[in-house]
Amino acid sequence: MEFEGPDRVADALASVSYLADARIAQVVFLAEKLSKPVLVEGPAGVGKTELAKAMAAVTGRDLIRLQCYEGLDEAKALYEWNYKKQLLRIQSDVDHDWDTISHDIFSEEFLLTRPLLAAIRSTEPVVLLIDEVDRVEVETEALLLEILSDFQVSIPELGTMTANTQPLVFLTSNNTRELSEALKRRCLFLHIDYPDAEREQLILSARVPGLSDHLAGQVAKVARSIRSLDLKKSPSVSETIDWARTLLALSVEEVDEEVLGDTLHVLLKYQADIEKAAKELTSSSTT
Amino acid sequence: MLPVITGFIDELREAGVPVSMVESIDAMKAVEAIDIGRRVALRETLRATLVKNLRHERAFDTAFDIYFSTIPLPSDGHDENGPMGGDPGETPGGQGGGAGEFDHEALFNALLEALSGMDAEALRKGVRDAVDHLAGMEPGRPVGGTYYLYRTLRRLDLAELEDQLLQAMAGDEELSELDERLLREEVEALIEQLREEVQEEIRRRLVADRGREAVARTLRRPLIEDIDLMHATSSDLADMEDAIGPLTRKLAARLARRRKKRTGRLDFRRTVRKSLATGGVPADPQFKHPRPHRPEVWLLCDISGSMATFSRFTLQFTHAMSTHFSKLRSFAFVDTIDEVTDFFGPGIDFGSAVSRITTEAEVVWLDGHSDYGNSLETFYSRYGSQLSPRTTVIITGDARNNYRPPRDGILAEVAKASRALVWLNPEPIAYWDTGDSTMSHYARHCTSVHEVRTLRQLEDFVETITLPAGRSLQNA
Repeated sequence: MEFEGPDRVADALASVSYLADARIAQVVFLAEKLSKPVLVEGPAGVGKTELAKAMAAVTGRDLIRLQCYEGLDEAKALYEWNYKKQLLRIQSDVDHDWDTISHDIFSEEFLLTRPLLAAIRSTEPVVLLIDEVDRVEVETEALLLEILSDFQVSIPELGTMTANTQPLVFLTSNNTRELSEALKRRCLFLHIDYPDAEREQLILSARVPGLSDHLAGQVAKVARSIRSLDLKKSPSVSETIDWARTLLALSVEEVDEEVLGDTLHVLLKYQADIEKAAKELTSSSTT
Repeated sequence: MLPVITGFIDELREAGVPVSMVESIDAMKAVEAIDIGRRVALRETLRATLVKNLRHERAFDTAFDIYFSTIPLPSDGHDENGPMGGDPGETPGGQGGGAGEFDHEALFNALLEALSGMDAEALRKGVRDAVDHLAGMEPGRPVGGTYYLYRTLRRLDLAELEDQLLQAMAGDEELSELDERLLREEVEALIEQLREEVQEEIRRRLVADRGREAVARTLRRPLIEDIDLMHATSSDLADMEDAIGPLTRKLAARLARRRKKRTGRLDFRRTVRKSLATGGVPADPQFKHPRPHRPEVWLLCDISGSMATFSRFTLQFTHAMSTHFSKLRSFAFVDTIDEVTDFFGPGIDFGSAVSRITTEAEVVWLDGHSDYGNSLETFYSRYGSQLSPRTTVIITGDARNNYRPPRDGILAEVAKASRALVWLNPEPIAYWDTGDSTMSHYARHCTSVHEVRTLRQLEDFVETITLPAGRSLQNA
């Protein structure tokens, strides 16, 4: 699927209820055009993972997801030899000489594909999502480099496997640690921040059916206001969506101090934050 | 187009943003694929290909404003060749031009209307008028435009504009306090937008007047990681906060690292996998990685007057560390020392922690001038017995002792009782041991000593720190 320009990307994403701003649309357009992976960075819950899902939906591709975690290794990310099957093969076959067998057990039949290899070998183009890449150790990052720059995987026993089709790759990071230069160099960089009030209002209207424009506007403005405070954890977009749903369920039509005070815990998850926001927003605003 | 982009990349590098060869080639390729007549498209394309770190965005934005300010915004109606190669002198409304009658009130009202109606086109026109008549720009002066910006804004009377905007948007209704607050924030956002437009307009004129390189040179600021911590402004410190989080996490990981030992349990899966190479005989057993041990860190911060800015930074660092180290104890000292661990407990925000430290912690004993000797002695007599071979002690301070006895023998005791002793000094190495600095007295007892004047140096320290491993095991 080819997009004519960033506007088309934004339109397409909007059709699956993902509202992209100019920056997101431009970078996704470039990623497609230049066949480069995108490294998406930003605070938790601004829709980084959602972007990859939305792109999969838009392009009709399968989404292959690799969730990163500390201790992720080659065997779980790239490929692994199916040693049980290999053992069985060796034991079941006593007639043949060793040369034939050893050649046989290192063939594709005994290869277990993990997400990265699966994305490369897929016959249909896919969207590959490497989620929370900042969670793996620096050393493990190197596993990704070959795939990101050349869309290929080298397996010592088999040779190099190149991509049948060009996958669209998204990496997400919460920026808990600095990623290596080598990794960044191979990617387009996209920082997604909290949306401005206008865009958030649109997002709310798209995501929460039945929400009035007025209420969506109010929710977005309150969210902006809360984010301007110095909090342990600012409310994410998903949390404002939850909050809008809550308000809808309570059939609230107008956000006032009382409603806000009663429902703040949907937006904020730390007691200290809730107290602070309640103090700032619901009591007097004399400052 | 190409020369402008190479010039732009040079400027980014000049400002300290690392742009590799590959990235600049990527940028060129990407620019070919897009519609360069659109400023937003060009900006986001260059940003995505050249800037891979959020901390460098400010430098990028400034440079972009300067290098591509002559690209008209979509609605301006431009001819194909004009904007890029164009003669900068053509920018509309030079200085002093079109003086004639100037109606201040009309401009004020036009801006008011543009802002409340969110009319970008009208806003831009109003800003152009404002800069024409109010900035009083003098051609050829080597300035960065901040002065022009403030002059324009002052003459525009922003406070009045804000008030009127507030009234216009509030209508006649009685507003609740919450609504009022929300409205005020909206107005502030609009005013901020106006401010940015004015700044951009002024930069555009400066570029037209003096050329890109010259303006870029005037506006160049050190990157956030290169700012001297002793002289950082509070807004710099706020910017640094985002960078500190990842750094402390990394430090935690580095301190937890141990030499590889076969202490873990047998990893059955990997052993069987490995045994295939030897025909199913498990000749080379594989082990699970041992759990990383929890490092115990004690931080001693000099928070005396001479260290004001730096100590604010170290306290920020301490605050961030307290979320990553379960066993972190922090101490603050001036001429005596007090434990401040509890002030950084979970859920306590940084501001209130600092104010409690300055009011409640007993860090002043005599006159409030640094006394490392007494602080160390108090520290050792009060807490020394709790030091263990697992403890890493980090001291931050300039070792300026006001000519008091250094009592470095006590530091030797501290070093002996702990796993490692690290000293971070915010002064340039050349200044150590000058005047009342007693750095070398202390340095010889430390496992390692580092100059940490900038965030970058702190990063380097975290990157390279290696501590004597396994001392706890030898002693145990």
